[in-house]
Amino acid sequence: MPMSLLDIEKLRGEIGVEWEPGIYEIEKGMIQRFAQAIDDQNPLWQDEEYASKSQYGGIIAPPMFILTIGFEQIQQKMTALTPGAGRLHGGTELEYYHPVRPGDTITVNGKIAQVRERQGSKLGKMVLVTFDISYKNQRQESVAKCRQLTILYQTEGTKYA
Amino acid sequence: MPEQLYYEDVAAGDEITPLVKQPTTRQLVMWAGASGDYNPIHYDKDFAQSQGLPGVIVHGQLLACFLGQLITDWIGEQGVVHRFSCSYRGMNFPGEALTCRGKVIKKYVEDGKHYVECDIWAENPKGEKTVPGRAIVIVPSRGAPLGDSPTIYGVSP
Repeated sequence: MPMSLLDIEKLRGEIGVEWEPGIYEIEKGMIQRFAQAIDDQNPLWQDEEYASKSQYGGIIAPPMFILTIGFEQIQQKMTALTPGAGRLHGGTELEYYHPVRPGDTITVNGKIAQVRERQGSKLGKMVLVTFDISYKNQRQESVAKCRQLTILYQTEGTKYA
Repeated sequence: MPEQLYYEDVAAGDEITPLVKQPTTRQLVMWAGASGDYNPIHYDKDFAQSQGLPGVIVHGQLLACFLGQLITDWIGEQGVVHRFSCSYRGMNFPGEALTCRGKVIKKYVEDGKHYVECDIWAENPKGEKTVPGRAIVIVPSRGAPLGDSPTIYGVSP
């Protein structure tokens, strides 16, 4: 029954197709929640007074913060393309060019770059999907580029809620 | 407050001060909210098991961010992360201690910037490297302070 869970041709048809860009306004609270979720106490991320005396002149986001911007949309996209498939995160590559600050507006562009099939030892047939994502700020500066690897696998036909 | 790391203080083979984390299910929920990663395998045990997993697992990207903290704690305020990569090879479970570690591979100067390249990884209690990775950072040099420049980023894509 779950034969259509991994429609590889449908995924291949998406290679190189740019998604509708996502636009995100960065608030201080988002950076705070991020730092608190990791339990990273570095005052540069949260302490306005401390950060104002730093070379940055104010709070900046930790470099890894950018990975969360628009991440939910990638997941929704995958869920829509392959409903019911098991999904694991395979890897992350990041190149970082500019710090992100509260008040920035970040535009996220993304596309599927690669689709490969693999036979897994535990999970059976897997499809490895690579995404290329780029982030620009309101000054049109390239903030970061990122490559994410998602692993899709067949399940007993469970659907995501 | 992390101390400032300078290029001159780094040598190949140096170990990065380890960072120990013990993610709880509460932290996974906080992370889901902060990151927008609502895959139920990270908070719904029944769902996770229905997907062939032993139970709820820690988000890959939370582990990546632990490794990010390992690096930013080490390089200090004036250091910047230029490149970061990691693979989520093994599963990590809430309640288990995770030790983030790193080791300097090499350092080099290019276009006046001082680069340090390191192996980084997260280890489970069995000592298995469940999240191996690599980072390239730019740090200040004692001979060439960064001065008032707000950034030594600016490395073009």
